[in-house]
Amino acid sequence: MLGIINRKICAGGSSLLTSGQSLQWTRSSASALRSYSSAAKEMTVRDALNSALDEEMSADPKVFLMGEEVGEYQGAYKISKGLLDKYGPERVLDTPITEAGFTGIGVGAAYHGLRPVIEFMTFNFSMQAIDHIINSAAKSNYMSAGQISVPIVFRGPNGAAAGVGAQHSQCYAAWFGSCPGLKVLTPYSSEDARGLLKAAIRDPDPVVFLENELLYGESFPISAEALDSSFCLPIGKAKIEREGKDVTITAFSKMVGYALKAAEILAKEGISAEVINLRSIRPLDRSTINTSVRKTNRLVTVEEGFPQHGVGAEICTSVVEDSFGYLDAPVERVAGADVPMPYAANLERMAVPQVEDIVRAAKRACYRSVPLAAAA
Amino acid sequence: MSFATTKFAHPIPLSTTAARSNDHKPFLDPFKATRFLGSTHKFRFHPLTNSNHINIHRRSAVVAVSDVLKAKKPKSTSNLLITKEEGLELYEDMVLGRAFEDMCAQMYYRGKMFGFVHLYNGQEAVSTGFIKLLKKEDCVASTYRDHVHALSKGVSARAVMSELFGKTTGCCRGQGGSMHMFSSEHNVLGGFAFIGEGIPVATGAAFTSKYRREVLKEADCDHVTVAFFGDGTCNNGQFFECLNMAALWKLPIVFVVENNLWAIGMSHLRATSDPEIWKKGPAFGMPGVHVDGMDVLKVREVAKEAIGRARRGEGPTLVECETYRFRGHSLADPDELRDPAEKAHYATRDPITALKKYMFENNLVSEPELKAIEKKIDEVVEEAVEFADESPHPGRSQLLENVFADPKGFGIGPDGRYRCEDPKFTEGTAHV
Repeated sequence: MLGIINRKICAGGSSLLTSGQSLQWTRSSASALRSYSSAAKEMTVRDALNSALDEEMSADPKVFLMGEEVGEYQGAYKISKGLLDKYGPERVLDTPITEAGFTGIGVGAAYHGLRPVIEFMTFNFSMQAIDHIINSAAKSNYMSAGQISVPIVFRGPNGAAAGVGAQHSQCYAAWFGSCPGLKVLTPYSSEDARGLLKAAIRDPDPVVFLENELLYGESFPISAEALDSSFCLPIGKAKIEREGKDVTITAFSKMVGYALKAAEILAKEGISAEVINLRSIRPLDRSTINTSVRKTNRLVTVEEGFPQHGVGAEICTSVVEDSFGYLDAPVERVAGADVPMPYAANLERMAVPQVEDIVRAAKRACYRSVPLAAAA
Repeated sequence: MSFATTKFAHPIPLSTTAARSNDHKPFLDPFKATRFLGSTHKFRFHPLTNSNHINIHRRSAVVAVSDVLKAKKPKSTSNLLITKEEGLELYEDMVLGRAFEDMCAQMYYRGKMFGFVHLYNGQEAVSTGFIKLLKKEDCVASTYRDHVHALSKGVSARAVMSELFGKTTGCCRGQGGSMHMFSSEHNVLGGFAFIGEGIPVATGAAFTSKYRREVLKEADCDHVTVAFFGDGTCNNGQFFECLNMAALWKLPIVFVVENNLWAIGMSHLRATSDPEIWKKGPAFGMPGVHVDGMDVLKVREVAKEAIGRARRGEGPTLVECETYRFRGHSLADPDELRDPAEKAHYATRDPITALKKYMFENNLVSEPELKAIEKKIDEVVEEAVEFADESPHPGRSQLLENVFADPKGFGIGPDGRYRCEDPKFTEGTAHV
């Protein structure tokens, strides 16, 4: 357990356990008594995903990967590197460019007990298959009254990359997050990526796993527990990345990195921000968010996607419904611009939240839009 | 060995294929690694019991354009496929496409262009062969590999280059990018990132043309639409749905498949049950034609027929152009899966050198004339880069523009201004 505390990026230094969150380990408790050196290894998100897929495929022969360029090309973003050589073409399938077709095929396989992992080259292409994701996968357990469960994982990069234009940059967290029957996960760090992907593959329900292309190459420290092959993170639990007491900032995926940087800047100005990495959009961890808002009394939600009907809107409603009396300021929502993503580089920067936008929103929530003179 | 361009049969009965000349072409066994089947050795293929269906008529020997055409026609000036002016026009267009794309690669590696850029090197014959036969009012719909389609259709090199640089003087004011080239003036319908997305859009444009003629009674509206897309798209449902409807309603459209054998790293043969795409046309009741897409003159002959059919109201045609892209799928693609022998094979069939050779051998042009064209194109492309460099970035306010044609939603009044800006609007006297 000591290893966990040392690893956390924590301003307050309080332990993981007191923040109301618990990480479930699926291993026996005996191994929890081992002490680990803190942050011994670094791992990129890409390697984390690759290792998670590798381990799950070796553990369960029913797991297979299907998608465009996942085999010989080693994955469009190299996430499935080496898997074709290891598991062969029957388990790592290169498909023609037919999202609707191969998604439907995956769902059908899942109906009959296999555990497909369907890769979309980006989630923008999932729109070609959205009928299967929603109608065949998400609603089946309900429509069949529990007879048919669909243990499928849809994964791929989501959200804006760099300069790829309007049709390649949309964030689908809100769309999929509004659908009952789906579980929607958004990892940030390598540990998130590993733990959540392994949990998703083992989960008996359809899971939409939204990665981020710009995070693939980023390295994060990873503990030895996370490298264990039975490591799993719980679905539906958020993580408090940084403890604070003045304002709560919720974020997911790449925006967690930006929120953490914003928290550093705010700390220098005397505002202690608590950063929550949502990890799971559906089910949304309302209890962690509300507990945090009851502590800090102010909330800033950050997301990359379009503002209307977005994740931030849902979080705001949840807080208003459950913790209205605790709010000292209106909820601030930082989201992408309400336009299709432009191509020109300067316009694109304006269309996606930047660290300064989060800092400004947090200051507005703290009624500090004009910087105060240096306090004591 | 003669290689005849495939001929059309008029009219086309529903169940036959286009009259292909009886194949003298060698039967190529897909299991053996021929020069172009780059990844055949990794080919996981279920043996077909009736392998006669796989008659891939790719030639195994390089046959120069001029040899072939000599076999077809007697060598006298009046029977040549093109006149001198046409030849120069075709040459200029292909050289523009090639020089422009090479400059794009340079600019990308210098950081002036970013995101996804897909280059058209090697496929110029298809774009030039078809688009140079179109009128300004005819429409072209393309994919993400659309720079050269836009250039051939008449969009200026400056506008395309600025668009790629993300400047406000680009053809879409910097808001579209490499994959989304639109021009209403030149009837370029884009520019779509998703494969297969452009095909229904093109079918709709063809539908409009027919509608205008028949319902709106514009009797002279014979606009044709040409839809360009790749081999990977031919497995997509939207393609088949559009083939069906275009044939059903006899729409004036030509479906052009730029079969360059590869979709990123996925070989066409690994992805398709029957790799001969032209055969999918007759299944829907339209002629399906296969043509050598590295030879602009052959493409042009086939294009004349197909576009002529469409203009006369005889319905759609599916043309499969066998072509090749010399570079990777995009500038981010390391292009490791394609066999270097295959690339070398197609490099010898470069459409620009083939046309040059044809024109020299038939004494249509002289070396200095072609050199002058190349110099002119170099200047055009350089000037386009300078123009794009000097153009301003989009202003901050441009972020929110162009989302709607009518942002307030009350429509545009007879004076051409938004109704809601009319001072009498709130009094209810402005007619809505």
